[in-house]
Amino acid sequence: MLSIFLKRVLLAIPVLLAVASLTFFLVKLAPGGPFDADKAVSPQVLKNLNEAYNLDASQWEQYVDYMGGIIRGDFGPSFRYPGRSVSEMIATGLPVTFELAFYSILIALLIGITSGVLAALKRNTYLDFIPMAIAMIGICVPTFLMGPLLVLIFGINLELLPVSGWGQLPGDKILPSITLGFAYAAYIARLSRGGMLEVLNQDFIRTARAKGLTEKNVVIKHAMQGGLIPVVSFLGPAIAGLLAGSFVVETIFQIPGLGRFYVEAAFNRDYTMILGTTIFFSAMIVFFNLLSDLAAMWLNPRSRDA
Amino acid sequence: MSKSSTLWSDAIYRLSRNKAAMFGAFILFILIICAALAPWIAPYSYSFQNLEIGASPPSAQHLLGTDVLGRDLLSRILYGARISLLVGFVATGVALIIGVTWGIIAGYVGGKVDSVMMRIVDVLYGLPFIIFIILLMVIFGRNLWLLFGAIGAVEWLTMARIVRGQVIGLKNQEFVLAAKAMGVSNISMFRKHLLPNILGPIAVYATLTIPQVMLLEGFLSFLGLGIQPPMSSWGTLIKDGVESMEEYSWLLIYPGLTFTITLFALNFFGDGLRDALDPKTTDN
Repeated sequence: MLSIFLKRVLLAIPVLLAVASLTFFLVKLAPGGPFDADKAVSPQVLKNLNEAYNLDASQWEQYVDYMGGIIRGDFGPSFRYPGRSVSEMIATGLPVTFELAFYSILIALLIGITSGVLAALKRNTYLDFIPMAIAMIGICVPTFLMGPLLVLIFGINLELLPVSGWGQLPGDKILPSITLGFAYAAYIARLSRGGMLEVLNQDFIRTARAKGLTEKNVVIKHAMQGGLIPVVSFLGPAIAGLLAGSFVVETIFQIPGLGRFYVEAAFNRDYTMILGTTIFFSAMIVFFNLLSDLAAMWLNPRSRDA
Repeated sequence: MSKSSTLWSDAIYRLSRNKAAMFGAFILFILIICAALAPWIAPYSYSFQNLEIGASPPSAQHLLGTDVLGRDLLSRILYGARISLLVGFVATGVALIIGVTWGIIAGYVGGKVDSVMMRIVDVLYGLPFIIFIILLMVIFGRNLWLLFGAIGAVEWLTMARIVRGQVIGLKNQEFVLAAKAMGVSNISMFRKHLLPNILGPIAVYATLTIPQVMLLEGFLSFLGLGIQPPMSSWGTLIKDGVESMEEYSWLLIYPGLTFTITLFALNFFGDGLRDALDPKTTDN
């Protein structure tokens, strides 16, 4: 297993390098310079600007400089917010996005696993049908519709919860976390139901029951360990999806996280910010995928010994 | 040929008995007709403004009400269906072409080629593609065809994996070996022998890709990075609806409902098709 792990880590490095290089040159392809502002700038100012941002160097020099910077954790200055560096903006936005993602995944796991396992145990009863019908809704109602609908119902009509913000009013973290977590709760419910059904039919479960273990022990100690492997492997891609979802949720609820910064940067054509966050997101997602694959491998005895 | 037609007629029979799938198919049929006939059946033009009435709730003249500029919402949803469904089908088509070609080559050639090709797929799987689509839209401008291509270029990975698995299962069967022994060229091997035998899984997965693609388009349009005005998709209608939902909730609710129902229909139909074509691999 260790060798598989090392192989994956070693593969991740050239992949990230390729992503970073590709993104760098793609951004360089973008039409227009970063300082093509509405009002014309005098040639001297433009020259100084280009010098300050190292844009007068050759592409190759810029590339080497940039890559060197990334290794030191320096993503260069923002083109739109003078005096702020991209690394600074990532550092401000990241904790917020992480917190949001953490609550969402917590909600998703809690609701998803509970209802999925219950549905599998009570197969073909209303405890199976109703959660699975709700899960279908969760999959078909996109985040960008779910969020506004929740705001409309709980924020505006019932006036129960704040409609926007993050950490300013009590309870303003509830709606964003539910919005982001709901779709994943739905996927996780379906995955854990499927995984549990597969395991519950196997011989070792029959053995566990035959030797007189309580149903609770059979389910929690024996069935869930195998039945939830699909959920664990799903967590890596889910985190990638959560990051994308955070673009929408942070925009809807006006949360000052990395996702909103990214969307703003896309609108402002803040190329360095886009470049930096793209590379950063990619690194994070590659990392989480690695982590969830490892966890799934460790949970599955067959691949653990391999 | 008689064997494959039995498979399909069996599948059609099973599909016709699946109520959820037939319901989904019915809704899709109606939607496609409505989208195709939008210019003739829409009560107004999608850009016709009536600033005097502004945003008005549903009424006899405007069945689903009007937006802030007095444009008829029903007409806009009908025209939006054209764009949303077009994105769904075209981008899925792009994904199909790339994914099937990639999967057939990897599976059929095998060996080093296969492992390199599938390793590329593995690597691409782990990357945040939505971010790259946004990057492309920012750099090259928000162009409809670029959007189709970009979304399609993202969604082909699973298709490649499925097709490769199927081809590996097929390539050592006698009829393929016989064809090879008879000197059938690679191209006609793909077209005449392999492709017809994997059409089932391809059809199933394509149906299930369409809602994914439409979600992605809605997502981008919602952020303002997808379809640009004056064109409108359901994603942009939902975006507009959100901006004025406090006063005019119908502007959010009707486009949202249409979008959700369509996704439901596609998912039900796709699930039904999968169950019908391959009764072994139902997801429960």
